[in-house]
Amino acid sequence: MNKLLTLDQVETHIGQYHILQGVSFEVKKGEVTVLLGRNGAGKTTTLRTIMGLNQATKGTISFKGEAIQTLPTYTIAKRGIGYVPEDQGIFAGLTVEENMRVAIQTENEETAKRMEWILNLFPDLKKFWKKPGGLLSGGQKQMLAIARAYVNENELLLIDEPSKGLAPIVVEKVMESIIQMKDQTTIVLVEQNFMMASYIGDCFYIIDDGRTVSHGSMKQLKEDEEMKRKYLGIA
Amino acid sequence: MDLIINLTINGLATGMLIFLLAAGLTLIFGLMDVLNFAHGGLFAWGAYSGLWIYSQTGSFLAGIIGAILTGFILGIITERWIIKPVYGNHVQQILITLGLMLVLSEMLKVIWGPNQIMASPPDYLKGSWELGSIIIIKYRAFIILVGLFIFAAVQFVLKRTKIGLVVRAGVMNKEMVQSLGINIQKVFMFVFMMGAGMAALGGVLLGPYSGVIHAGMGMEFAILAFIVVVIGGMGNFKGSVLAAILVGLSGSFMAYYVPDLSLAVNMLLMAIVLIIRPQGLFGAKG
Repeated sequence: MNKLLTLDQVETHIGQYHILQGVSFEVKKGEVTVLLGRNGAGKTTTLRTIMGLNQATKGTISFKGEAIQTLPTYTIAKRGIGYVPEDQGIFAGLTVEENMRVAIQTENEETAKRMEWILNLFPDLKKFWKKPGGLLSGGQKQMLAIARAYVNENELLLIDEPSKGLAPIVVEKVMESIIQMKDQTTIVLVEQNFMMASYIGDCFYIIDDGRTVSHGSMKQLKEDEEMKRKYLGIA
Repeated sequence: MDLIINLTINGLATGMLIFLLAAGLTLIFGLMDVLNFAHGGLFAWGAYSGLWIYSQTGSFLAGIIGAILTGFILGIITERWIIKPVYGNHVQQILITLGLMLVLSEMLKVIWGPNQIMASPPDYLKGSWELGSIIIIKYRAFIILVGLFIFAAVQFVLKRTKIGLVVRAGVMNKEMVQSLGINIQKVFMFVFMMGAGMAALGGVLLGPYSGVIHAGMGMEFAILAFIVVVIGGMGNFKGSVLAAILVGLSGSFMAYYVPDLSLAVNMLLMAIVLIIRPQGLFGAKG
């Protein structure tokens, strides 16, 4: 399978703190790669560094074979990477429609099709089309954030903790939607909810103290109780 | 009743001039988190350049267009070379923009001399209409109409165009806007340019309104504009227009009824708003 994204010994400083101290992983086209690790391990910073929101101070990040670690965020996004941040990044004062409109980079037949597809997947968004984003429920905000990242022809989606703070029934809905998107795009998922991660993911990387410490197929991880206990705190 | 109508028209005209200055200031703060103390300098440059073009060409319209263009150019230069290096650092922003304010004011004296310059409206805007005992001074009505037109135009851009949508989104979450593939730096420059253009328009309109222009006018009006921005809510465009009208009207009425308090009334208004609603009348709680 083709490598879509490669991180090689990426380091990131935020102020005086050395957050990422050597993160390396590969993302293959068509797969869902899950980044796992304890709170504060550096998973969110990894996604932010890929997007250029935090600057990589060392190492290389390649997307479709080209180094992107020095590019500005908007260029990285235009190259085909969609981002769903941990806090969802909804524009609270804009309506659902406006949130979607601001996301569309080029209005064409393809984006119209994608819009239709994603709105069929999340009918709540259609229902609250004219409602300000800030008034949506947590689950609806998550759906909007995912829809916004999906609507452009992005080859890669970075999704940060989509299940965070959501009711189990909503988590199921979000999980189902990501599974449906799997057929059309490659996904890097940061997820604390191991049940969700193991259900959706094809392969995993564990980040601990700012370094990738282990990786493999999700099937392997499910069976490795020692690793789950050591790095994920799952008994 | 006639007196009240006349004072209202005066207040509205002054309010619109302050609005033209404050609107850019509030948008720049809301989107770029920049405290631009040089904004009054752009206002003064609009007045001087516009009235100079008016005196050279005999066309007031050419003066207005020239002032706006001057504002655009100074806005681009200011954003690109003065403000950009100090994004995110409020202390440096205050120091550098205050310094720029002084440079802009002194440059006016170097080019046009230290004395006040007389200004009068074109013939077609001189005089007044008399409706019974109500006297409407044409030039004041003109300022009100221009102010309303600019307000409507900016509202249209903000509400009905993609760039306006991006500006509104940028005020709420700059990082997310960039993550959606939008070059926020270009948006910053656009907003700064438009803000500077509006300030310069306010400057050129003020000249014939007050009868004279001078190099210190930028600082005088900038203080009023800052008061308006605080009252309206930092970063809130609609708040800035309503606060500008409030400040204009209160100034007009107080100057007539309680002249001794006319200078203090704006400070008083700001103090009351800060005590009751620190985020401003229309600002979001932060």
